[in-house]
Amino acid sequence: MGWAISVHGGAGDIPLSLPPEKRLPREAGLRRCLDVGIAALKAHNHPLDVVELVVRELENNPHFNAGKGSVLTTSGTVEMEACIMDGKTMKCGAVSGVSTVVNAISLARLVMDKTPHIYLAFDGAEAFAREQGLETVEMSHFITPENIERLKQAQEADRVQLDYTQPIQKEVPKDAALADGDSQIGTVGCVAVDNEGNLATATSTGGIVNKMVGRIGDTPIIGAGTYANHLCAVSATGRGEAIIRGTIARDVAAVMEFKGLSLKEAAAYVIDQVPRGNAGLVAVSSTGEVAMPFNTTGMFRACATEDGYSEIAIWDSPTK
Amino acid sequence: MGAWAIAVHGGAGVDPNLPKERQEEAKRLLTRCLDIGISALRSNLPAIDVVELVVRELETDPLFNSGRGSALTENGTVEMEVSIMDGPKRRCGAVSGLTTVKNPVSLARLVMEKSPHSYLAFSGAEEFAKKQGVEMVDNEFFITEDNVGMLKLAKEANSILFDYRIPAVGTCGASAAMDSPLQMNGLPISVYAPETVGCVVVDKQGRCAAATSTGGLMNKMSGRIGDSPLIGSGTYASELCGVSCTGEGEAIIRSTLAREVSAVMEYKRLNLHEAVDYVIKNRLDEGKAGLIAVSKDGEVACGFNTTGMFRGCATEDGFMEVGVW
Repeated sequence: MGWAISVHGGAGDIPLSLPPEKRLPREAGLRRCLDVGIAALKAHNHPLDVVELVVRELENNPHFNAGKGSVLTTSGTVEMEACIMDGKTMKCGAVSGVSTVVNAISLARLVMDKTPHIYLAFDGAEAFAREQGLETVEMSHFITPENIERLKQAQEADRVQLDYTQPIQKEVPKDAALADGDSQIGTVGCVAVDNEGNLATATSTGGIVNKMVGRIGDTPIIGAGTYANHLCAVSATGRGEAIIRGTIARDVAAVMEFKGLSLKEAAAYVIDQVPRGNAGLVAVSSTGEVAMPFNTTGMFRACATEDGYSEIAIWDSPTK
Repeated sequence: MGAWAIAVHGGAGVDPNLPKERQEEAKRLLTRCLDIGISALRSNLPAIDVVELVVRELETDPLFNSGRGSALTENGTVEMEVSIMDGPKRRCGAVSGLTTVKNPVSLARLVMEKSPHSYLAFSGAEEFAKKQGVEMVDNEFFITEDNVGMLKLAKEANSILFDYRIPAVGTCGASAAMDSPLQMNGLPISVYAPETVGCVVVDKQGRCAAATSTGGLMNKMSGRIGDSPLIGSGTYASELCGVSCTGEGEAIIRSTLAREVSAVMEYKRLNLHEAVDYVIKNRLDEGKAGLIAVSKDGEVACGFNTTGMFRGCATEDGFMEVGVW
């Protein structure tokens, strides 16, 4: 046994030619978040607190698509969503449509801890945040020049698509046409287990570029982007619509339970079922295993286990 | 060619003291919905069309908690949510926070077929509805006198705990609450009455579909989303089966109930009835819920650990049953 932690900063069509100015800050961000998580685990914090802490760090980092640095809706606004789940109690909390709360993951935690509900959205979520005294800011706080540019490019790509009067196909990523290919970075997440086998997961995102106002993705849907039970904790990333229909996060645990597969086998199995280019996930098991499979070009990820192993990677690595 | 099957529900968790006339009213509605579905199946409509048709009927009738007749938020307004799923390619559509769309299930279907997304909510969903030209009405349209009374009782129950006053008007009556200490989601069953609606269908081609529609929890916080619009929780359909759940939303979400049925069929190779039994027995812990399901082979099953579930089912070989207990 022993503790284990894994973090992701999004899976997608991350080109191998990603320039250093785009790669280095994200690697540094992952490294920092991993260290924050490791320190918290070593200090015997509960995994639920650890994942919340780490995801808060990722939200505050403008290089990832969550909190500050969230991608924009088609109206140029920010609508964030987050989800947290405790594997032991199966309690969970989720929020969507959050536009002024600095840390959506903390709001999700409050929904879990302070309401009889699991999921609050839009105005109701914002009102609850204020009631709870959470830190709120102007929406402009979250908007970065890179994301304004991404939105512009996505809308131009759309216009081209419409010129060819293509019907809307969910399977064809609309933003795959973007030149630098890093539009697909979506979602941040963290999973952790302590050396008593307590598991927790947290996921947070701004969604997909140019999404319709009001669009909800896989992140806040328990069983799709986020899930934890007594066997494992999972946080997924990629194309939301594919993750929802495949109930990805839930399936990892189900496959472990029903097919008797190990965490690595189960995680790989589940990702294999999703059409190529659509998903990745990070997972830890109650016995301290880690898995970080993806079927996209790359996934920003990092992990560490109590026995001293640690890894930070973007593309394929020898140990996935 | 396979055989068709259909099931409908109007909520799990029924007040044991529910007056006979209400029970009969419910059974009549369920029967009518089954007949509509059966007729459509006989005309070879695909499963996905049949579930939408039947749920529209349930939403339009003010009896259960969906569309007109929806439970009220703490502010006395209606916020409706739905999810629909088509088994063969596992396409799905969902909506939440609807306040003016006359038939939420049809909007969920449009999200599935006419938008690049799977789930739209609140003002974004309403905008989409406008653009799609669906029928829209004032929020008052969905509010019934019954539910205004229920909201009042729910607020009192929340603040007064076990000291129920007998109201001047009320269908079930708080007096009934004194006789039946049954609770769901912390409220006495006479007040809580989930009554989410749903329909699952398998057509002659073996295609499964499912849809679930609701106004949500009585006295809920504005913005609260329950299990009904969440794929995998309230609704799920795959190549093997179609499932719609109802009951304590939080318990259904935590156990990803609808997905479980399909998962145990896929991974444990249980048949539909075994899967439904397994899931109800093992996945709910203290949670109270029920579900209806059909399999690609024309079977239909329902399971619940609540006191009663409004339901009806029918299969092509002539079997038909409508029940409450």
